[in-house]
Amino acid sequence: MPARVGEQAFHPAVELAAFEAALPRGAFGATASFTGTMRDANEGDAVTGMTLEHYPAMTERELARIVAEARERFDILDALIVHRVGDILPGEPIVLTAACSAHRAAAFDACRWLMEELKHRAPFWKRERLAGGGSRWVERNTPG
Amino acid sequence: MPISVKIFASLREAVPDAAPSIGAVANDTVANVWRRATGGVTLPDHVLCSVNLEHRRPEDAVSDGDEVAFFPPVTGG
Repeated sequence: MPARVGEQAFHPAVELAAFEAALPRGAFGATASFTGTMRDANEGDAVTGMTLEHYPAMTERELARIVAEARERFDILDALIVHRVGDILPGEPIVLTAACSAHRAAAFDACRWLMEELKHRAPFWKRERLAGGGSRWVERNTPG
Repeated sequence: MPISVKIFASLREAVPDAAPSIGAVANDTVANVWRRATGGVTLPDHVLCSVNLEHRRPEDAVSDGDEVAFFPPVTGG
């Protein structure tokens, strides 16, 4: 399963192990991964949690398309995206991207590309809960 | 068949009374669907649009039975 969206918390190490186990043993020499984790502060305010909204069907389709494009664009065996939706707490992983390749360059490049593409294309929206009360929509991504 | 209208996140809160479906008209476009569904609100510049789950522009065509969605800039990851 190259791309998955779900409400359940996930463990990056478990996801990576399953991702690698599905590939031919010995066929790849490099695995690069990125984990995005929820912070407890944003734009100078303490944050106690957030809700990630998405557009069911379109989000899944866009992530699957990004993975398929990564396979075309980079010399990799496969790519992976796992993304949370729903209620998330500080310290919990939000997103995992990964790529396996024969050598490190393609894996690093593909992993970064997967992350940047999903941040620009996949329909997700964050609403964060503030420690001081109330909540607000996150209006834009950080530059990276 | 009516056009299904979906509005997400902060944009949904900006037009809470928008119609969830509307009838199609001749030479319909994404921007026209927004105007009719919201009772005449102008489509904000920064809004992203899709038709049947594919990213589209405001001037793109819409047909009977399409699912048209409007949403603010995405903030996943």
